[in-house]
Amino acid sequence: MSVGIVMLVHTALGRAEQVARHWSAAGCPLVIHADVSVPRQTYNAFVKALSDLPNVQFSKRHRCEWGTWGLVAASQAASQLMLDSFPDVRHVYLASGSCLPLRPVEELIDYLENRPHTDFIESATTADVPWTIGGLDSERFTLRFPFSWRKHRYLFDKYVSIQRALGMKRRIPGGIVPHMGSQWWCLTRQTLSAILSDPERATFDRYFSKVWIPDESYFQTLARQYSRQIESRSLTLSKFDYQGKPHIFYDDHLQLLRRSDCFVARKIWPHANRLYDAFLTDAAHAMKKTEPNPGKIDRIFAKAVERRTRGRPGLYMQSRFPVETRENGLTSAQYSVFQGFSALFENFESWLARATGTRVHGHLFAPERAEFCDGQTVMNGALSDSAALRDYNPRAFLASLIWNTRGERQCFQFGPRDNQAVNWDIAKDPNAQISVISGAWAVPLFKSNQNFSDIRREAARLQQIESKHLEILRSSWTKARVRIWTMAEFIEAPMEPLQTIIDEIGPQQNMRGLAEVPKMADLTGFGQFLQNLKNQGMHPYLMGNFPVARDPMEPPGNKRKPYLVR
Amino acid sequence: MSIVQSYRMRLQRKHAKARAFRKHFSLRPVVDRTGHIKPGQILLFSTLRDEHIRLPYFLNYYRDMGVDHFLIVDNDSTDGSGDYLADQPDVSLWHTRASYKRARYGVDWLNWLQASYGHGHWTLVVDPDELFVYPFCDTRPIRALTDWLDGSNVRSFGAMLLDMYPKGRLDAVPYRRGQDPIEIASWFDPGNYMISKNRKYGNLWIQGGPRARVFFPESPKKAPALNKIPLVKWNRRNTYISSTHMLLPRGLNLVYDEWGGETASGVLLHAKFLDTFTHKAKEEMQRKQHYRASLEYKAYVENLRETPDLWCKWSEKYINWRQLEILGLMSKGNWA
Repeated sequence: MSVGIVMLVHTALGRAEQVARHWSAAGCPLVIHADVSVPRQTYNAFVKALSDLPNVQFSKRHRCEWGTWGLVAASQAASQLMLDSFPDVRHVYLASGSCLPLRPVEELIDYLENRPHTDFIESATTADVPWTIGGLDSERFTLRFPFSWRKHRYLFDKYVSIQRALGMKRRIPGGIVPHMGSQWWCLTRQTLSAILSDPERATFDRYFSKVWIPDESYFQTLARQYSRQIESRSLTLSKFDYQGKPHIFYDDHLQLLRRSDCFVARKIWPHANRLYDAFLTDAAHAMKKTEPNPGKIDRIFAKAVERRTRGRPGLYMQSRFPVETRENGLTSAQYSVFQGFSALFENFESWLARATGTRVHGHLFAPERAEFCDGQTVMNGALSDSAALRDYNPRAFLASLIWNTRGERQCFQFGPRDNQAVNWDIAKDPNAQISVISGAWAVPLFKSNQNFSDIRREAARLQQIESKHLEILRSSWTKARVRIWTMAEFIEAPMEPLQTIIDEIGPQQNMRGLAEVPKMADLTGFGQFLQNLKNQGMHPYLMGNFPVARDPMEPPGNKRKPYLVR
Repeated sequence: MSIVQSYRMRLQRKHAKARAFRKHFSLRPVVDRTGHIKPGQILLFSTLRDEHIRLPYFLNYYRDMGVDHFLIVDNDSTDGSGDYLADQPDVSLWHTRASYKRARYGVDWLNWLQASYGHGHWTLVVDPDELFVYPFCDTRPIRALTDWLDGSNVRSFGAMLLDMYPKGRLDAVPYRRGQDPIEIASWFDPGNYMISKNRKYGNLWIQGGPRARVFFPESPKKAPALNKIPLVKWNRRNTYISSTHMLLPRGLNLVYDEWGGETASGVLLHAKFLDTFTHKAKEEMQRKQHYRASLEYKAYVENLRETPDLWCKWSEKYINWRQLEILGLMSKGNWA
């Protein structure tokens, strides 16, 4: 009793020959099917090269285009020849020319010897698996696919949509339930011969020849009819990318493949000399005996698919430049924007850095330069503080800063004096935490030593800019966590909002509440200042209601005491 | 895209081809070994002038990578580059005295050579100071990449230009023939690149890096473009239209993903800033044969007189391609 190998080859015949010799040397009879597209001369040379092997046969050649019936026809013909010419064969293993045995063939033979009635074929109903690419799952079995997906994609798609529109459906031949799975199987003689000599085979063949990718469903479906015992998995390790193409193994996968413990791997790059040398060797040099377990290397290939389809959030680079709404995160990590805080508190930045342990910048979008923390002129990633460079692409500036400092939360100040070009981007970014004390921009003006007419003009300008910004923050498109207080509201009870913001930034560091409070600017006379602006015809409204008579810092002269919030 | 637009693109492509034809008369073959080129081989195209000192390392770097043949235009070198190249068994060499600028910075010459010898091959177009790095380049030859691209029906592969520079003055450590230039110029800017999309041709326009940071902080628009598409499965219909930044037909420029995913990409390590640079910059400023009347070089010379150091605290030292992939400068895409 032995294992027969049906091998489908189409390119890299040199490697196919090498592998065929390996199988043959272990006593496995082979039936080789070469694609019609292999030139006659090459094919003849290939046949001749293998002519010294006693147990190799060549089956009738079919055209094997991916996704078409040809592959099934080729497997049928080759399997039939195998069953007819080698009566000793109990299991038939379907492999391709780019498959590589990972374990000594004797182990495979022993393994199958111990499971004489088991068919190894991955076979699942379409409803249960999300494997399919391109949205054709159950429709594979109910529509017709006369056009090649590779060569006539337009006709293929059109014909599918026409059939959908007209509600055309094929009848599935009686008694079978469509199953799908990997096209690389290993079936027993009993099952395989039952499939091949089924009285209704002509009906099934006619039906499956119009099914989409029949090589993934023909044997998978029919094996369910006859098998005594199906083990629904493939003995061949084969990984697929997001388009359903098999991943290719290279020399650097050697250790990975050693750990895979599968019997055969597909598909191997023909020039992967190290792999071929390492695995096409005798039992003495090969690896230990273990139950096949392809799960171990799943992770690395699942990651590749994830990278190709979702990418790294917040990364903009030469091969990832998502259109709006497809960013999967405008930035890579959470960050906080503070508006008005550094105007209202004298030492807000250093206080925030101490209280939260985060990186606290000044006004990153200030008109003069990007005020990085500690007065640095260059930041992580060699990001320059030049205002011109930053304003050339402010969005890239922000995304780069957050990307470059992954693992360390960034906080920065913002205000109506700053470049407003990124307002929408920040507002739409779920990673942003925006806290605004509206109208606080008036405090530096109040403290400044400018002519009042200049102050008035500047106040009018800033108020207009800030109110536009607030409109954005309150729009329905905003995804950032936004908190807005008027200045009057905020100074009533400053610690409560501060505590909330800080808890949100890093709750672990502040279990004990704030040990220290930032020092608020002296606002004596601020109410009068606002009234003066009003008297000049400029109505400051963003800061809320400040009475003229009573200063917020009552009683005057009595400095506020720091206090603790529990 | 309207019919008119696509027809205009076609005209532009035809125009570029006509230019290449016109300019090819100035090319004189010195050694033509193109008869050795076999189907499916990987070809490298380059234009150079006075790069003798870099050539030994350059050729070996790409030979080790698996490039099969070099097709090089020597723009009137006077330092013996021509003789050196003519002696190499895998180099075909053309010589010209014509203007580099009027051949659109060499593009016309190479378009001609690529059309003549590159059809059906994977072609790599790089300068002698550019070292191509792609995912798994330490374990897989370039043929693994091109085979994979063929299998994925991808015809072009992007590799951003990454400016490398030494720590300290550019002229502090002299470069020796045959030395890996990255040993000296081993630093780069890891994360200050700015990208926008060129709607007309569909390619990305990338700027940034040390040149934007040091030479153009007040006029970033003038900072040089860093996006490159050096590796293309060549068809005689293709043309580069502006250095290797972009091509026609436009589909070749789509080397990036717009739906959130990452496609595979590489990096061209640009070892321009060696001690040889100061001399070169002065010369190029006089020749005015480079883009925008060598404006770039003018900025370099002025800046380097004052601050000859491109290095900063946040510069990153080059280790390998995996480092670049982690930093997000290149990607494995779905190649695993």
